[in-house]
This record gives sequence, structure tokens and C-alpha cells, in this order.
Amino acid sequence: MNFDFSEDQKLLQKTARDFLVEHCPLEAVRKVLESSSSYDPALWKGTAEMGWQGAAIPEAYGGAGFGYLELAVLAEEVGRALAPLPFASSVYLATEAILLAGSEEQKSALLPSLASGDRIGSFALFEKPGTPTPDAVETRFEDGTVSGTKIPVVDGDVADLVVVVARDGDGLSLVLVDLDAKGVERTRLESFDGSRSQARIRFDRAPATVLGKAGEGASLAQRVLDRAAILMAFEQLGGAQRSFDETKAFAMGRYAFGRPIASFQSLKHRMADLFCKVELARSNCYYGAWALSHDARELPLAACQARVAATEAFELAATENIQIHGGVGFTWEYDCHLFYRRSKHLALALGNANSWRERLIQELESGSAA
Amino acid sequence: MDFNDTPEEAAFRAEARAWLEANAELADPHETTRNLLSEREDPATIAEAQAWQKKKAAAGWTCITWPKQHGGRGGTPIQQVIWNQEEAKFKTPPNIFAIGLGMLGPTILTHGTEDQIARYIPKMVEGSEIWCQLFSEPGAGSDLAALRMSATRDGDDWSLNGQKIWTTGAQFSRWGMIVTRTDPNVSKHAGLTYFIVDMKSPGIEIRPIRQINGGSGFNEVFFNDVRVPDGNRVGAVGDGWKVAITTLMHERASIGSGSGRGTFKDLLRLARETQIGGRPALEDSTVRQKLADFYIAQRGLQYTSYRTLTALSRGQTPGPEASIGKLVGAPLNQQMASFACDLQGATGALSDPAAAPQEAAWQDQFVSAPGLRLAGGTDEILRNIIAERVLRLPPEPRLDKDVAFRDVPTGPANA
Repeated sequence: MNFDFSEDQKLLQKTARDFLVEHCPLEAVRKVLESSSSYDPALWKGTAEMGWQGAAIPEAYGGAGFGYLELAVLAEEVGRALAPLPFASSVYLATEAILLAGSEEQKSALLPSLASGDRIGSFALFEKPGTPTPDAVETRFEDGTVSGTKIPVVDGDVADLVVVVARDGDGLSLVLVDLDAKGVERTRLESFDGSRSQARIRFDRAPATVLGKAGEGASLAQRVLDRAAILMAFEQLGGAQRSFDETKAFAMGRYAFGRPIASFQSLKHRMADLFCKVELARSNCYYGAWALSHDARELPLAACQARVAATEAFELAATENIQIHGGVGFTWEYDCHLFYRRSKHLALALGNANSWRERLIQELESGSAA
Repeated sequence: MDFNDTPEEAAFRAEARAWLEANAELADPHETTRNLLSEREDPATIAEAQAWQKKKAAAGWTCITWPKQHGGRGGTPIQQVIWNQEEAKFKTPPNIFAIGLGMLGPTILTHGTEDQIARYIPKMVEGSEIWCQLFSEPGAGSDLAALRMSATRDGDDWSLNGQKIWTTGAQFSRWGMIVTRTDPNVSKHAGLTYFIVDMKSPGIEIRPIRQINGGSGFNEVFFNDVRVPDGNRVGAVGDGWKVAITTLMHERASIGSGSGRGTFKDLLRLARETQIGGRPALEDSTVRQKLADFYIAQRGLQYTSYRTLTALSRGQTPGPEASIGKLVGAPLNQQMASFACDLQGATGALSDPAAAPQEAAWQDQFVSAPGLRLAGGTDEILRNIIAERVLRLPPEPRLDKDVAFRDVPTGPANA
């Protein structure tokens, strides 16, 4: 039984944490939140120099060729730091889509610049409120161009290229669009986590190329989302653990009725329950990392488990962090809201937890695993 | 990451497996095992369990982590886990020795005299003498140190008076380990002393407790002027709490995740076979959401145990995650049972195996589940333990410290 990260992977994680403590304190997150910038370009460059964006990209395509376990520990640290970066969009989604479905030519053309951080990728699926189904996709691919509106697209305002889920004849296809091309109109949208950016993208006969087999977009999109869900779950886990640590530190230092509020059972029991929630999420995430690194048959199921468990853990931890801080937790000055905002942003970014629970049951019904 | 044994572990597993194959019969993996809160063991079952234990002991499989000189194998914790995994695949009698070997034996080895170790340990290991634990009292459960069982010195002996409760196997045990109050005039933790008591002594009366699930796995044990020689004292007079803590630490290590009989697979099958609005319940979205949550929680517990095993496999002490199993597992087991009864509608109230689905296993689990949330540390005590020992949060102020035990406030429900 070896259900843990290796010493090397833990060392990489520590290096990442040290780097982010220095280069991405919460003031840096707040700066993006309070300004009109969409992300922190200097931090993006710094992480790229350390090879993070290309962690899972083979060296042949300009990546660091570490692997998914390494990317998972990096994701946990990105989440822990609430790093204001288009990391998920570019690395877990766009890069994964190209690795999974791209032709040799596409991989050679696109992956090196994604690995180096010179270009940012994103993934455009949603079109309207609610949980999308393949039938509901209206954006259309025809004659080498794509038309339609995608909203919201996380990091859509700063991305250089986007993988679009589009109707193609009777089915769906994944198509690649260069966002500098004509026929693309992008609008940045306000969101409650201003440390991450959201956009609407209108495509009007924008030039596009098919990624993967035409007509297989629905299943390809699902596979991309599954892989991204596992990596994002590590981000959520990092955020959950940090929220928990902040809650605990505050409760130890805050006195009421003559003693630390952390000594009251009403809070101790909640923190014990929160601890359990975070540990269970961690275990489910580890399973996801195992499935991803082995490209296991159980990957879809593992993704659902990790996604739901980590979503619940981060949302609960961020919510409890504000509640246990009391009044100061509701002030702009304290950092609690940064976690609260990010927890909901991540909870929704790949579709809500209910949709992943539903998918988990579908997986069990189809008997593809377990 | 992988789920494989190391080469050393694989070799040990093969050795264990070979011995089991030569000495026992493979079990049907679909057959459910009885839980600890069910029926009492009959004499034939006890004899069968003792015969199996003796066989195991002769081959060195009973207490794998114990030193060889005390009848153990000198093995590692991961080897004990591997043995348990393999043994569970075979048809074996119920393990009625776990309290002795898991908790009381280590206590004697830590705090006992050489004479006590020589007299008691070998027979404990081979199973010819069965042991029980006499800790809880009607007025002292979660607050164990509030116990009132009195022991007064009388020449070379002690005389014990009072009542113990929740004693598993008292009726067939040869020996018990008991914590008593030897001095009510000092603070409550300071006035305790730990003894080994002969369960055949005159003055002991054992009465089974009828549980809410109809079973009687536990007993009340009454002591009326029971003589215990001073040579059976474990640790110094007044050191009983320290000795009891050793026992309790081993209890936490030996109590499992509190999982019940019903598996997720059974629940999924039930959701296929029951109906809501003329359609299988499994098609109902609220049912699906709930099932997903159960699945994720169960899997989370399973992978958490893998993390613990990984630490053991690497020769490390398991991390704090090891403490969550029962706190998460026992309520989960109750929620699943309750949900399974709900799925059955009005039929869910029937405990007749011929009338309710899946031989009324969920109904049985429903009435048994509260016990798992109480035994071996209630949910609330486990939260305190996680909060104070794992998270290092400060303790609550207490009214029972630095005051003589006889002056500690008590109430009518402690009687």
C-alpha cells in the first residue's frame, strides 16, 4: 500500500508553498480583487519559470514532464494561496483538452507556448444559467468557423486561445479558436470573486479548427472536465485546508467570557467536524490523483468523488471561517471573504456539486467501475 | 501511488494465506458477519473460538506485533493488518479475545509485574482464559474518572463494592480488569487503582443488558464484598488512571470504523428494487443525490484507511486522519439504515425478514446503529479528542479538578 505522495513530490510541494508564501501573499490576491486587472502577470511568469504550467506536458512538447501527481500537489498549493492566476483554465482545461484530443501538429504548435506560459488557454462550455446538457449547446461550428455566445468563460478576457464546445452537424465537436482572430468579441464580466476573471465571448464566424474527432465533442468534453475536476479538487482542498488553519488560529487567539473561544465545545465540535470533512476530501482527492496518474478505468468515478468532496469541504471551511471570526469576518479588511469568494467560484466553475453527484450515480449505473 | 504490497508485505501475506488455507475454510464473501452488538455467544461457539485461537497461537499468529518472548511474532503493525485482512476471508469463529489481546494484554505488559506477566499473558495468548474489561459505571461513562466502585484495603486483600456496566463477555470471562476508587478524599483522577479480578469470585453477579436492538452483547456486573488479593493490583495505589489510559489508548486503536452490515451495493440494489411514483426509486433525483453523498463518504473513509495503512507500511506513526473513522462511520451507518427504511415506505417499519427487503437487514441496522455511536467513545467524546489531542485546541474549564472526589457535583441521573 502506497497511498501517499512520494518524498520528491512532497519536496516539490514545499518548494511551491515557499514560493507562493513569498510571491503570493493574500495582499497580492486582494490587489487583483480590488483592481481592474484580471490576474497577476508577474506571478504567472514566475510559476511558468518553475515549470508549473507544463508540469504534465511531456518534454517533447516543451513541458517539464513531471506527471499528474506533481501537478496535483502544485494545484493544492495554488489553491492554498488563492493564487490569482488563470491556472485552472489554461492548465487543467485547455492543456488537457489538447493533450487528450489534439493532433500531433496541434500539440507541437500549441503546447510549448502553453507550457512556457507565453499563451493562456481557456475552455468555453456554458451558454446560459443552469447545468448544460449536450442537446442544449447552441454555439455552432460550420465551414471552419464558429458562431454563438459562450457565458461565462473563466479567464476568457485574458486567454489567447479557447477550446469551444460547439454543435457540429448532429453532434458536438471541440474546436480551437485563436482569440485574436476576427469574429471574436470579448467582454469582461463582474463576478463575486474579482480575484479571478470571467467573460462573455461572442463568436461570429470566427475561424476554428476541430480538436479531436469531429462529432465526439460531448464525450471528449466530459473527459476533459473529469480530468480538470480532479486537479481543481486539489485546488479546493488547498483552499479548504488554509481556511481551516485560519479559523483555528483565530479561535485560539480570540478570547470571550474570559477564555479562548477555541475552548468552547460548540466551536471545538464544529472544528472537529470540519477537520473530518477536509480529511475525507483529501482522501478522495488522493484517489483522484491516483486515477489520473494511472489513467485508470475508474477515473470518471474518482473525479466525481474528488470534485464533490472537495467542493463541500472548501465551501464549508470558508463559510465556517467567517462565522467563527464573528463580526470581523464580515469586514472587507479581514481576509475571510477572499476564501469565501474563491470557494464558490471554484464550486461553480466546472458545474455545481449536484451535477457531479448525478454523474457519479450515472457512472455507478453504467457499472464502468467499482 | 499504488495499492500494492511491498515485496516484504507480499511475502508475509503469502505466508499468512498459506497457513490459513491449510487450517481453515474460505468464507463466502457475500455472507455478512455479525456485529458486536448482537447476540451472546453460546458455550459451543466459545469452545470453537478457543480451539481456533489455540491453533493460531501455536503457529504464532495471535498477536503479531507483540515481542516473541510474550507469545507474539515480533512483527509490525502493517503485518497485523495484513493478517486481519487475510483471516477475514476465511470462515472463523467470532473473535472473543480482542479485548484481552488488543487492550488488556498491552496494559499488563506495560504496567504489570513480572509475576503477573508470567501468570496471565501466556493463557491470554493461547485463548484458554478469556478476559473482560470493567470500566464504565451507571454514573461514569464518558466521564470515566467519575467512577464510584470502591476498593478498601483489608489485610492482604482488597474488598470491592459497586457496579460496572457495558461489560462485553463478562459471563464467559475468566478474568477482568477493573478500575476502582480507593480514595474519595483526593481529586478524582488521583484516587483510582487498577486490579485484575477473578470473575469466578464469590460476590460477583452478572446480568445481561437487553439492548434496544433486542440483543444482549453486554452485561451489568455487581460487586458485593468481592475479595481481590493485593498481588492482583496493576500499578501503584492511586495510579489507576494512568494505567486505565494505557488500556483506552489501545481501545481506540482496536475499534474499527464502526461500519455496519449494510453495504453501499445493497443500498443501490434497494433503490433499484423499490419504487417512487411508479418508477424505480433510483430514478428519483433526491434519491440519487443522497446515494452519491453516501458513496463519497464511504469511499472517503476507505481511502483514509489506505492513508493510515501507508504510514504503517512505511513504518511511520499514522497521521491525525486515523482518528476520524468511527466519528464519521458510525453516524453514516445510521443515516444509511434510516434512508434504506425510508426507501421501503411503510414496509420499512417491518423487521420480519420474510416481509421486508434484503431480509430486514436495514431494519436491524437501524435499531443497532445508535449503539455504534456510543460504544468506545461517543461521537461527542470523539469530537473532544480530535479537538484537544489532534487539533490541540484548549480544554474546557472544569468543575471537578483540584477538589476532593466526594465534593464533585453530581445529579440524579448519575445514580
